[in-house]
Amino acid sequence: MTLRRLAGLFALLVCALVIGACGTDESDDGGGDTAEQPAAESTPEASEFFDPEEYERQLAQRDIEPEGPADRPWEQMIEPEMGDTSEWQSDKDRYNICFSNAAVDNPWRQVGWTTMQAEVDLHDEIGNFRAVDAEASDDKQISDIQGLISGDRCDALIVSPNTTATLTPAVEQACNADIPVIVFDRGVNTDCPATFIHPIGGYAYGADAAEFLVENVDSGGKILALRILPGVDVLETRWAAADQIFADSELEVVGQEFTEGDAANTKSIVSDYIQREGQIDGVWMDAGATSVAASEAFEDAGLDIPPITGEDQQDYLTKWQEEDLPWMAPTYPTYQWRTPVIAALRILKGEEVPKEWILPQPQITDENLDEYFVEGMPPLFYALCGCQDMPGFPERWQ
Amino acid sequence: MTTEQATPGGFESSVESRGRRALHALLSTGTIFLLLFVLLAWIAVLNPSFLEPGPFLAYLKRAAPLVILAAGGYFVIVSGGFDLSVGSLVTVIVVAAARLIEGEPSRAWPVIALLLAIGATVGLVNGLVSTLLRVPSFITTLGMLLILEGAVFLWTGGAPTGALSENFRAIGRQGIEGIPLIEQLPWSVLVLFAIGIGAVLLMRADYGRQLIATGDNDRAARMSGVRVNQVRTIAFVLSGTLAAVAGILVGGFAGVSAQAGLGLEFDAITAIVLGGVVLGGGRGSVVGAMAGALTLEALFTLLNLQGISGALEDTVQGVIIIAAVAFASYRLRGTR
Repeated sequence: MTLRRLAGLFALLVCALVIGACGTDESDDGGGDTAEQPAAESTPEASEFFDPEEYERQLAQRDIEPEGPADRPWEQMIEPEMGDTSEWQSDKDRYNICFSNAAVDNPWRQVGWTTMQAEVDLHDEIGNFRAVDAEASDDKQISDIQGLISGDRCDALIVSPNTTATLTPAVEQACNADIPVIVFDRGVNTDCPATFIHPIGGYAYGADAAEFLVENVDSGGKILALRILPGVDVLETRWAAADQIFADSELEVVGQEFTEGDAANTKSIVSDYIQREGQIDGVWMDAGATSVAASEAFEDAGLDIPPITGEDQQDYLTKWQEEDLPWMAPTYPTYQWRTPVIAALRILKGEEVPKEWILPQPQITDENLDEYFVEGMPPLFYALCGCQDMPGFPERWQ
Repeated sequence: MTTEQATPGGFESSVESRGRRALHALLSTGTIFLLLFVLLAWIAVLNPSFLEPGPFLAYLKRAAPLVILAAGGYFVIVSGGFDLSVGSLVTVIVVAAARLIEGEPSRAWPVIALLLAIGATVGLVNGLVSTLLRVPSFITTLGMLLILEGAVFLWTGGAPTGALSENFRAIGRQGIEGIPLIEQLPWSVLVLFAIGIGAVLLMRADYGRQLIATGDNDRAARMSGVRVNQVRTIAFVLSGTLAAVAGILVGGFAGVSAQAGLGLEFDAITAIVLGGVVLGGGRGSVVGAMAGALTLEALFTLLNLQGISGALEDTVQGVIIIAAVAFASYRLRGTR
């Protein structure tokens, strides 16, 4: 009987081992391709999520002075190439604007969506604003767009695509309906929209954070990279850029782990690394939601909090300010939700807009932290909403 | 020795001596302890500091919510049911705590009482719906999972508001300082042991015997005078209350998040079957279930140390569920 029991146990262990072993191989291979080949450092190779030209372009765009009013970054544009919008000029005095939203399922989109509604309220010339939430489903968004363009009820259509490739045909269909289509946040694989609005992008985001660590962690320091999920393009570009910069630096990336955006998971991973490596000198994050949880792992281990990059999220900024930490936040500004409404109105009034409207993407540093930080906001509020001067602030965002 | 599991109390075991019963109990949970020991030793080889008091207590602290959920889930599973709602209940507890406390230390204790009441109420509803309305508990608690998930989303719109106070967080995060050798004894480890001892005592009391009898054969139990519906409902209330305790610890450990309890119900079920508890009820010990949770957490730690990322954890978990249930049926072949 005992033997039989042990046989079962053995089988279970073997199962776990086999799985474990495969996993180790896989992750070693994956790491070898990207992280452990500094030999190719001067000529970065293209890969599925790394486009060297776009990478260089975004890095350069960070230093270009944007055109437009400096106090209204959501109206600024980097290297704009104006497109002709005369075909969509409308002589109505009130416009009906429609919006197909990918989802409102995370705090970033929540803040953005609230800001967009506030922007709509600013304009009396908008007669009707119809918004449809696709609830993160491609299928639903395709039928949402079809529903919005049929029946001639929209003078302009704003689209925040759920995914790039799948939504492309639906956006093309909307372009053919003779109304201006404004795409923002994620793009589509067609140039038919009147404008595509987005901040500089993921490479700039990842590079900002990585460069901060290179400058603020002593040479030879151990860096832990924490990512939410693999395979998501907007997140992969952030890591791809950081990977390039770390490869060219004296820092040692001791691990890159996936947290699934879960705070408890993040804290456990960081604790494990502190134990395993003895010390961690900096943490690179591909999004700021769990930065505070990562810092708590250091506190609970009785260590000083090292440089940990974050995002313009309230909980991160609060802790940074209160404890005067060596931190820095790249941003993917939520003020980009204001721009599509402004763009739609400009197009309908016959004014020019850039074909690709690239918004500035500021970073928050010790120097400008006070400028962005607003006390009393909820922990998952994004400070770069550009909403601080809008009517109803702060209550509407709380 | 045809059955290794603790036999339904009050039936055959009355003829056995206390000593033999204890031996049976130990043997029935022996497998999982052996597995746990192997994993801990393995971790210690990879990371020798792991078995020092500090890091080991940190591991227990991290494992505490899952162990507590496993204890709660055990009551339901051994009575023949399922509780799939505990993960989303944990999320509700964390989000509600932040919303109600809003960083005010003075509100922490009243809110904790309220949270425990919420947990018990959710459990009570699960129990009454499954027993009185005769909805299979798998469906009841799956429905409850969706209801709670939807409620959290409706309430927070995806972004929780409010904040937890330091004294609330201390329960899951801090401990008694200044103890020689171990430096800090985490509160969550104390809570864990208190609940563990309570659960063992409960399973040794009349209620425990009735619970196992109900799960083993509810008709037989009913005929011998067990109030089956009442026993099962109490099991759900226990599960809900313990999920609230786990939620308080999770919130304390990691802070506010709308994903705090995501997937915890499956972690708990994996832990319970890994601990040798048979789905369908009637067999297995609460100590085994809790040891299963410690083992699962050790396995996650090991995978982490080996640099295997989150996605594969799910795969490993799936393999474990299937392997553990297959192993249990293999052991039980012929007895049913």
